[in-house]
Amino acid sequence: MSEDPPATITYDGLRETTYLEAIRDAMREEMLRDDTVFILGEDVGAYGGAFKITEGFLAEFGPERVIDTPISEAAIVGAAIGAAHMGMRPIAEMQFIDFIAPAFDMIVNFAAKSRYRTGIGAGIVIRGPCGGGSRSGPFHSQNVESFFANVPGLKMVAPATASDAKGLLTAAIRDPDPVLYFEHKFLYRRVKEMLPVGEEIVVPLGAARTHRPGTDLTIVTYGAMVWKSAEAADLVSLEDGREIEVIDLRSIRPLDIDTIVESVRRTGRLLIVHEAPKFGGFAGEITAQVCEQAFEWLDAPIRRVTAIDTPVPYAPTLEDYYLPQTEDIVAAARWLLAY
Amino acid sequence: MLALYRHMVLTRALEDRLESLFKQGHLVGGLYRCLGQEATAVGSSYALEDGDWLAPSIRDVGALYVRGLPPIAMLRQYAAREASPCGGKDNTTHFTIPELGLLGPISPLGTQLCVLNGMALTFKQRGEPRVCMTYQGEGASRTGASHEGFVMAAALDLPIVILLEHNRWSFGTRSDRAAAVEDWSHTAEAYGLPVRSVDGNDVLEVYEAAREAVDRARTGGGPGVIVAETYRMLGHAQHDPQKYVAPEELEEWRTRDPIRRFERVLVDEGWLSESGCEEIRTSVDAELAEAVDQVLAEPHPEPQTARTRVFADPEEDPEVPWTRVSPIGYADLNLTESRGSQAGLHGGGR
Repeated sequence: MSEDPPATITYDGLRETTYLEAIRDAMREEMLRDDTVFILGEDVGAYGGAFKITEGFLAEFGPERVIDTPISEAAIVGAAIGAAHMGMRPIAEMQFIDFIAPAFDMIVNFAAKSRYRTGIGAGIVIRGPCGGGSRSGPFHSQNVESFFANVPGLKMVAPATASDAKGLLTAAIRDPDPVLYFEHKFLYRRVKEMLPVGEEIVVPLGAARTHRPGTDLTIVTYGAMVWKSAEAADLVSLEDGREIEVIDLRSIRPLDIDTIVESVRRTGRLLIVHEAPKFGGFAGEITAQVCEQAFEWLDAPIRRVTAIDTPVPYAPTLEDYYLPQTEDIVAAARWLLAY
Repeated sequence: MLALYRHMVLTRALEDRLESLFKQGHLVGGLYRCLGQEATAVGSSYALEDGDWLAPSIRDVGALYVRGLPPIAMLRQYAAREASPCGGKDNTTHFTIPELGLLGPISPLGTQLCVLNGMALTFKQRGEPRVCMTYQGEGASRTGASHEGFVMAAALDLPIVILLEHNRWSFGTRSDRAAAVEDWSHTAEAYGLPVRSVDGNDVLEVYEAAREAVDRARTGGGPGVIVAETYRMLGHAQHDPQKYVAPEELEEWRTRDPIRRFERVLVDEGWLSESGCEEIRTSVDAELAEAVDQVLAEPHPEPQTARTRVFADPEEDPEVPWTRVSPIGYADLNLTESRGSQAGLHGGGR
């Protein structure tokens, strides 16, 4: 995985598409298809977005559909909710997902509860770059899914591949309920895939994907950790001859518990890997649900590999120590396989 | 003129009914009153037209009637009936009714301005000559959401009118403890928006100011702010005996009662006689008596409807049996069978 984007490769109607381009393509294609779709956020227009995801959008769609806003995350999400009430399909960009915190009230108390309280839904997408590995420190690196996991009324997705980045965003835009879309900034230009040019991809919300089949241990993960988990699984296969199944959740909520339970009932062992801290992290929820539905199929305790319970540190030595690494996953997998 | 009067009388009469019902134990939650503030809500909302949207606070009940809400809906809300606009899932003015152009507020204050901005943005995007109006007490205007809402309305030049109701009290804190200004119009001027201060207990003055701001917003003139000077004549809610208020201050404001004042105008200018006023009050009372009887005979929502309507897709509403002991209890889960069925599949392990 290289940091420098190579020249675009096209072949037989397919184009090499980065994770970042897939996000851009999903928004652009939905905006072309449906004129109620629009984008609002900080620097999304004239600047083209902090990561250049909306580059060219202002020229193509105009200032009524690509709206530069003040640095007011609560007002951004609030305006998205109001527009959705009027039948629009807004995409609210958080410049970094860490900055979703100022909009917490609008998301948790207004958007999430709107349909339940009043019968009028808030079909909005709130998307933004999450995750560490880019030496960005405590306020540009977080994973916030657990902040919102305990709030009924919200959907959450975290794609790992370019096709899922496109397909989940398309589905999120079309969904009638609020969807938080966590795009991992470490994957923006490192993950790429040959995708059909201009062709619609829709990945249903709430459907996990088997990234790598296996028989001896199930790893449940999402986002950037899919790649480290797969790397760990390959290493264990090569060195130990044991086959690990890697399930990429794709959607955190709705949670595809059926796919997890089915896999655990086959392998008898479960390791959950996520990049957010451990305490109160989403792995706890998966653990509880598997205990409720597959306890007697387990041959070993459920284990978690996560970040440590600290803020995300800045220095490379510290951040690498903070983040779950492939060797951590390998070690936990071997412990479980030997249990 | 008579419609303004009737809506103010209705606001107060319904509150009197709600107070009785509260004391009789028919209301399940708190009761939030707007005694003394009827003119602000009624006069301002009267400047709107069909197709406009309005987001009240909890004390702007009169504005809802002006928009066409039947008073029985408020009774049902407070009494938590199945047929209430929220289906028993929320209280007070917290409902959204698109047909009437009503956006319900939520309890964290200032937030409805942020959401109403999105509606105003949509009007602008579609080129529709429609206007939004919302209310904030001076207390609510101290929140971050309110500030961001003002900022966004001004930055995007949205067709929205904001009534800042300076009612002197946010719960038990005086407004002079909440800002370093005496003239609250200064707080709106900071956003570069046109502001007009009015006597909030004079329904006609409120209406005229609102009309001016609404017309300006409708013709592309952007947001406007009206500071309505008024007074919250009762405590924050029914449970608050308002011991922190000086009796002489209340007495002084009682002389400025908006309904009594408007009655004098109506009589002096020949719109209504004293007995004409009395007739309106009597007919409102009769209407409400009937509505109260009807609502009290209505059922509360079925318990299991607590699960519904979290998402648009009914399948997304979780129905996991072991999250509740009743009505589907642990006894209904056949533990023995579940264990037995696994034995053959899974003999090994610890």
